[in-house]
Amino acid sequence: MKVLIMGCGRVGSELAALLDAKGHQVTVLDVDSATFAKLPATFSGVALLSDGTDEDSLRAAGIEGMDAFVAVTREDNRNIMSAQIAKHIFNTPKVICRIYDPLREELYQSLDLEAITPTKILAQMLEERLTK
Amino acid sequence: MYIIIAGGEHIGYYLSKALLSEGHEVVVIDKEAKRIKRIEEELGSICLLGDSCEAGTLDEAGVERANLFIAVTERDEDNLVACQVAKHKFNVPRTIARINNPNNEVLFKKLGIDVTVSSTNLILEHIEEVVPTHPLTHLLAIQRGELAIVEVKIPPSSTVVGKRIGGLPSLAESTLALIIREGQKPQLPTLDTILEADDRVIVAIKPDQEEALCAALSCA
Repeated sequence: MKVLIMGCGRVGSELAALLDAKGHQVTVLDVDSATFAKLPATFSGVALLSDGTDEDSLRAAGIEGMDAFVAVTREDNRNIMSAQIAKHIFNTPKVICRIYDPLREELYQSLDLEAITPTKILAQMLEERLTK
Repeated sequence: MYIIIAGGEHIGYYLSKALLSEGHEVVVIDKEAKRIKRIEEELGSICLLGDSCEAGTLDEAGVERANLFIAVTERDEDNLVACQVAKHKFNVPRTIARINNPNNEVLFKKLGIDVTVSSTNLILEHIEEVVPTHPLTHLLAIQRGELAIVEVKIPPSSTVVGKRIGGLPSLAESTLALIIREGQKPQLPTLDTILEADDRVIVAIKPDQEEALCAALSCA
């Protein structure tokens, strides 16, 4: 599978490493090249200094041939916009983004954008452990 | 009208000032207390401190009764999300977003934003107007960009010079609205109007017909 990951922070670099280790073709984008140091030495994919909220930069990163796009920068709105570019402009088959704000996530689920909300998931896990 | 403005930087400030003076009810939302202070000192208590992308903030601003929501922060992604929340969660009838990257115009329209204003494109259009290299100048976009008012200058080399407008079937797709001729009163074109070199023709046209228009007037 060819995957484009936007954001090479803790989650982005970890996901890139996991997919790369399983033999998938991974391209990871970030606006800060220092973040690429988080990728393991064995990483065989592509790390690109690029702003993924721009149609042209996503095209240059090869989004047109990708099977999946994942947006995990630290900012909800950047993730939401680039995921919608991938979905509605490039018709990328699988698009997932991270949205911290649970209310915003609800809205975008209703607009058919696949999102994961770590704050909600963590709160639920904590609640389960505390009340078990 | 009740109008909510997201973003209290320069554009938000001047926009709220103008809209207030036209008698509208205006609320400006901004995350920065210092920007809010500046606006309130001059325009009164019309601001709300908060994130205009958050449903809670919009709710507090009374977005449900807003007639118009305008997002003019400096970031395209924030303007997009704020408008989408206003539109899809609160059913605001009309949303306007400022965009910096002209590419985003298509995306924003696809995602249901009613109007986009691209400062980059506006400046480009003005450059087209003052730099005479381009035969076709955009004067105005109407009907949400589905129709454009353009000006075409007929070059002396054009094959249409000396011809009747009615004799040019290739112009059928365009509506010729006005002909401006140096030293004369602007005239309404008729089928019998004869085109002359250096005539400036004002045309209402669909944007995808622009190339065809240039070809029809042989000034491409």
